[in-house]
Amino acid sequence: MLKFFVHRLLSAIPTLFILIGLAFCLIRVAPGGPFDGEKQLPPEIEANLRAAYHLDEPLYQQFGRYMLNLAQGDFGPSFQYRDFTVTELIGSGFPVSLQLGALAMILAVFFGVLAGSVAALRQNSATDYSVMATAMIGISVPNFVMAPLLILFFAVTLRWLPAGGLEGWRNLILPVVCLALPQIAYIARLTRGSMIEVLRSPFIRTARAQGLSMRRILFLHLLKPSLLPVISYLGPATAAVITGSVVIEQIFGLPGLGRFFVQGALNRDYTLVMGVVVFYGTLIIAFNFIVDVIYAWLDPRVRL
Amino acid sequence: MTLQSEPQMGRSLWHDAWLVLRRNRAAMVSLMLLVLLTAAVLIVPLVSTHTVDETDWAFMSVSPGFSHGHWFGTDGLGRDLLVRTFYGGRISLLVGVVATLVSLIIGITYGAVSGYVGGRVDQFMMRAVDILYALPFMFLVILLMVFFGRNIFLIFIAIGAINWLDMARIVRGQTLSLKHREFIEAARAGGVTMPKIIWRHVVPNLMGVVVVYVTLTIPQVILVESFLSFLGLGVQEPMTSWGALVNEGAQEMESAPWLLVFPAAFLTLTLFCFNFLGDGLRDALDPRDRNAP
Repeated sequence: MLKFFVHRLLSAIPTLFILIGLAFCLIRVAPGGPFDGEKQLPPEIEANLRAAYHLDEPLYQQFGRYMLNLAQGDFGPSFQYRDFTVTELIGSGFPVSLQLGALAMILAVFFGVLAGSVAALRQNSATDYSVMATAMIGISVPNFVMAPLLILFFAVTLRWLPAGGLEGWRNLILPVVCLALPQIAYIARLTRGSMIEVLRSPFIRTARAQGLSMRRILFLHLLKPSLLPVISYLGPATAAVITGSVVIEQIFGLPGLGRFFVQGALNRDYTLVMGVVVFYGTLIIAFNFIVDVIYAWLDPRVRL
Repeated sequence: MTLQSEPQMGRSLWHDAWLVLRRNRAAMVSLMLLVLLTAAVLIVPLVSTHTVDETDWAFMSVSPGFSHGHWFGTDGLGRDLLVRTFYGGRISLLVGVVATLVSLIIGITYGAVSGYVGGRVDQFMMRAVDILYALPFMFLVILLMVFFGRNIFLIFIAIGAINWLDMARIVRGQTLSLKHREFIEAARAGGVTMPKIIWRHVVPNLMGVVVVYVTLTIPQVILVESFLSFLGLGVQEPMTSWGALVNEGAQEMESAPWLLVFPAAFLTLTLFCFNFLGDGLRDALDPRDRNAP
């Protein structure tokens, strides 16, 4: 187990370096500098500015400085929001995004596993087909299509729920549902597939032959092996939820990190965009690592 | 009496697959719809009396109807939504196909070389794929679009360049199982060079998996492009795509819901069809299920 842990950690670290390195290179080779304005700055002032931001040093030194600052949680100043550092912006946006993402993940796992299990236990029945057809809708309808449609229906037509903003928990219902739906669909498909496979294995047949009730079999024998693929999917699911929250926050006008990201991208706020990419990238890589370790702990076969 | 010897029809992989696929109603309907849709996005903008960016001053923001000649209605600038929807579909499908091809070429080459050469090289190449796999690619694509402007060729390359990892893994796995087969050994014994073995003997035998994968990649790519365009980072005016149209529609959905509904319906229908077809093809071409009923 320890060997697996170290091995996996050793592959997560280069990933992180590559991510930061790529982002750093992109920002340096991007056309247009941070001081390109409408007015041409006098060369002395520009030189002073470059020196103040350490842009006159050789690249490797800049990269080293950037890494050092990152390690201390300093993402540098924002080019667009002059009075804030990127760290402050991330600090103000992330709690909203975290709430949104965590709720969506909980919803996705719960309903995904539930729907998938029901479909698997009644394989080839009408229930099974309707669950799988609904899942296909969940996968095929992109959440930036789902979101405006839900707003149109629940907020504009029925006036049950607010369409945007963040005043209370009611504002979170629609965004969380939009974010969770595709993941519910994926998890339901995964659960159904793996549960059907496990149902065919000899140990379930043995349990049945011994006369155990279906409920006992389900909770004691069936659920754990069936959920293994779901657990390994949690890594990609988190990445998908984070990516999805970018557009969902934009649509619902939630003051989260994703919205800063899109605004920053449209305004060419390089440091902010970089900061969010590095922050979210680290989060995704870390989460993947944790999921892999949990998976290896649950399923000894992958440790080999 | 003449003995007419019919040439024995071989039951090729493709023939078998077609037989299985033909019985899958959802997949067949999807296939037909996709053919129709492709024809429509190619033909409609050509034969329509309106163009993508022409303003009809007499009918700005009119709802769908037949009397004024704008079947899907017009947007706030008086542009015909029917033409815009099909023109946008052209761009979306084009991005889907071209970017998938880019990822296909990279993925097949990488995977086949890695699997065929084997040993240390294989280990190193797959390690690299593992590392790249963990990167949050959507964010990197957005970074690329932010830094290097928003032109359509960059979209092709950027999306294609992020999608080849799965392909490389699948192709490598298949290559590993192929490379010890007799026909490959025969080719090697006959002195055929390695690149030629890979391209003439290994790759053609991978086509089954590749076809399934392609049908499942195209909708993903369309989705990524729509996502970018929805955020305003994808294709730019006067060009348009389904994602960009959905974005425009979402902004005016209270006063003009048709602007949202039509592009959204076409985008969703397309994604649906590709997913159903991909599922059907997987059932038909997956050798593990060959003997299944």
